[in-house]
Amino acid sequence: MIRFEGATKTFPDGTVAVGGLDLLAATGSITVLVGPSGCGKTTSLRMVNRMIEPTGGRIMIDDRDTASMDAAQLRRGIGYVIQHAGLFPHRTIVDNIATVPRLLGWDRSTTRNRALELIERVGLPASFAGRYPHQLSGGQQQRVGVARALAADPPVMLMDEPFSAVDPVVREQLQEEFLRLQSELGKTILFVTHDIDEAVKLGDQVAVLRVGGVLAQVADPATLLRDPVDDFVADFAGRDRGYRGLGFRPAPSLTPRSEPAVTLGTSPEEVRRSGNAWVLVVDDDRRPLGWVEPARVTEPVATDRLHRGGTVARLDGSSRAILDAALSSPSGRGVVVDDDGCLLGTVTSAEVVAALQSPPGPDSSGQP
Amino acid sequence: MTWILDHLDDIGYYTLQHAWLAALPLLLGLLLATPLGWAARRYRGLYTPVVAGTGLLYTIPSLALFILMPLILGTQILDPVNVVVAMTIYTVALLTRTVADGLGAVPDSVIASATAMGLGPVRRLFTVELPLAVPVIAAGLRVAAVSNVSIVSVAALIGVPQLGSLFTDGFYRDFLDPIVAGLVACVVLALLFDLVIVVLARLLTPWLRTGGAP
Amino acid sequence: MNDVLKWLTDGAHWRGGEGIPLRLGEHLLYSGLALLVAAVLAVPLGLWVGHTGRGRYLAVNVSGGLRAVPSLGLLFAAIMLLGPRLSGEAGVFIPSELVLVVLAVPPILAGAYAGVEQVDAAARDAARGMGMRGWQVLWQVEVPNAMPLVISGLRSAALQVVATATLAATVGLGGLGRFLIDGLSVRDYAQMAGGAVLVAALALLVDLLGATLQRLVVSPGVTGQTGRSTARTRRGGRLRLALRS
Repeated sequence: MIRFEGATKTFPDGTVAVGGLDLLAATGSITVLVGPSGCGKTTSLRMVNRMIEPTGGRIMIDDRDTASMDAAQLRRGIGYVIQHAGLFPHRTIVDNIATVPRLLGWDRSTTRNRALELIERVGLPASFAGRYPHQLSGGQQQRVGVARALAADPPVMLMDEPFSAVDPVVREQLQEEFLRLQSELGKTILFVTHDIDEAVKLGDQVAVLRVGGVLAQVADPATLLRDPVDDFVADFAGRDRGYRGLGFRPAPSLTPRSEPAVTLGTSPEEVRRSGNAWVLVVDDDRRPLGWVEPARVTEPVATDRLHRGGTVARLDGSSRAILDAALSSPSGRGVVVDDDGCLLGTVTSAEVVAALQSPPGPDSSGQP
Repeated sequence: MTWILDHLDDIGYYTLQHAWLAALPLLLGLLLATPLGWAARRYRGLYTPVVAGTGLLYTIPSLALFILMPLILGTQILDPVNVVVAMTIYTVALLTRTVADGLGAVPDSVIASATAMGLGPVRRLFTVELPLAVPVIAAGLRVAAVSNVSIVSVAALIGVPQLGSLFTDGFYRDFLDPIVAGLVACVVLALLFDLVIVVLARLLTPWLRTGGAP
Repeated sequence: MNDVLKWLTDGAHWRGGEGIPLRLGEHLLYSGLALLVAAVLAVPLGLWVGHTGRGRYLAVNVSGGLRAVPSLGLLFAAIMLLGPRLSGEAGVFIPSELVLVVLAVPPILAGAYAGVEQVDAAARDAARGMGMRGWQVLWQVEVPNAMPLVISGLRSAALQVVATATLAATVGLGGLGRFLIDGLSVRDYAQMAGGAVLVAALALLVDLLGATLQRLVVSPGVTGQTGRSTARTRRGGRLRLALRS
């Protein structure tokens, strides 16, 4: 647990970077600090491991005042991941990861085994161990950065825009794997980003800061999107808040209508039998493959003739996913599948919206 | 002090000699290094041999190079041409890499858009790439200029008159004034060269003089 | 040309108290001693300037300004000012060595502080953030990454020292410069050119040694000698430190 108690940073020129921050980052969860540039989010994060010394207030980790600890010792017990990874160019990947265990005086073989284990844990091939950072892509370097921070198994991690410098596709992958890793490790994480989408995606709790390091709102992502406290938070949370908020709302209880489906190789006549304008195609295990238009089918159904625009959703997924499935389907009927990805039936956007408008259940803010 | 005032004519003459012995190689060196640097940039395989090769020339101590010049050029040992050629070699050695790196620092997007607007390679080099490389080349030229002014004085040992002659005069007559005068004149001349290059570079890069976007 | 070859291959010039091996030994002794003293002074100072950022302005200007001072004039001035206060051989040796050291310090200093300064700020931040203490950051991160420029500075200094040691023959010091200066004074071109060839060969050899040293002590992760490299790791590794006579 990290607790900011009126934490303040005033720079010698009088600028107030952080003005009396009170915040609690709960054990085992991800707390995201988000806000425009100049809001003091990075300063706040760096005060935790005393890379920046607070000028007022206290920061406690598990009820120990960080100011009372030796700075270097404190930092060795906190994982630290930064934007450009900051890998040491002169050390191989395995040696980079071994940095903190070595500072802590672990023995050679334990250190090495731990580093090798982490390389795989963050999704890199074991053959990368002996490589140097410059031989890796930005995304790969960032994975090593995460592995290096995890090396001594610190209970607390500080992450300063760790995924900002990589391209959107890689960022998405890194975020997914980060969430998977966190579900296994359950670290107490303080995470800084300027990207509200990243904040609501990763955070169990999101703290929005305004310029001058003042807390504007702290809430779980769904509440933040649904109920911003003021114009600043509303503006910052951005467009499509209502729609994005659906991502945190469980799908309404719906009974999918059964959907006549055909398999690959079905003859044109067979396809036309249902009389529908679009017909769903599934594989032999009834997993959806795509849609065909009977009017245009002249030969047996083949994969290259399929319309693949539609997304698929699960009944226990989010409202956003199920609505999107209906909206993206060329037939207007959204495909719903079970846990194995097999076809359950379809729902229309009208049905989803109607269900959403009926009063929400007791737990409307839970994570998907 | 009185020695200096009595010998202002000599000091002036030596300074002029020194100035052209240092300046002419600077110009010749730049003229030679530009195509060399361009080639090293244009043909990737040439970069290492060209840069390493010219770099090796720079390792030869000046007195040795001055003395070896007649062997290569067939000149007399007292001929100032030896000094000019040797100093040109040093300048080329310093500037080839500078030109290559300066051209390399021109953003790819700029080169691509120049090409897309229909500029041929030659026109593009002279109207886009070289102007943009001016700051880097000027920085190399400043290093070469200061180094040239200092090295030229060694030529006094092979009897070519310039400010270095004040050192030998003073030393052989056990008289400190000319040496001090020579040292001061050398430093002033080096600063002057430096200033001229800085001013020229500023004139050639008007876009760097205006402040950044608000 | 033939005369030069004849001079170089004449066995008589390779023996005795004024032979090539002895002069070479002297040259190496003067140069090596000056380089060692300069390195002991300038490497730690430069690392400290780069690590703390303190005294940077002074270091930049001193090392830049000394480039404009002609080594020949400095050498003569030193001999005339200090020589009379020292007796015998020391009157030449000590001022000469002093000048060699003074000329070797700027490139070494510049290489060391520039080397530390150009270390990736993110790597330095990560090092501190993981709990390295100041000296651990310096030794484990900054110094290994500064090595290319530290050695580059040492190489520049070595060339400067070898070249200036040649000039020191004019004030009566030994070394290979003797052949050039003595040849000049008696108009024996074969001798001076032969000496010049030896001096040039020595300089090339010293530089080659520096290049080998660089290869041995710099991590392949820093030089990028392992295939694909990004612009970030290459940048700064090639800063040129020119200072010569």
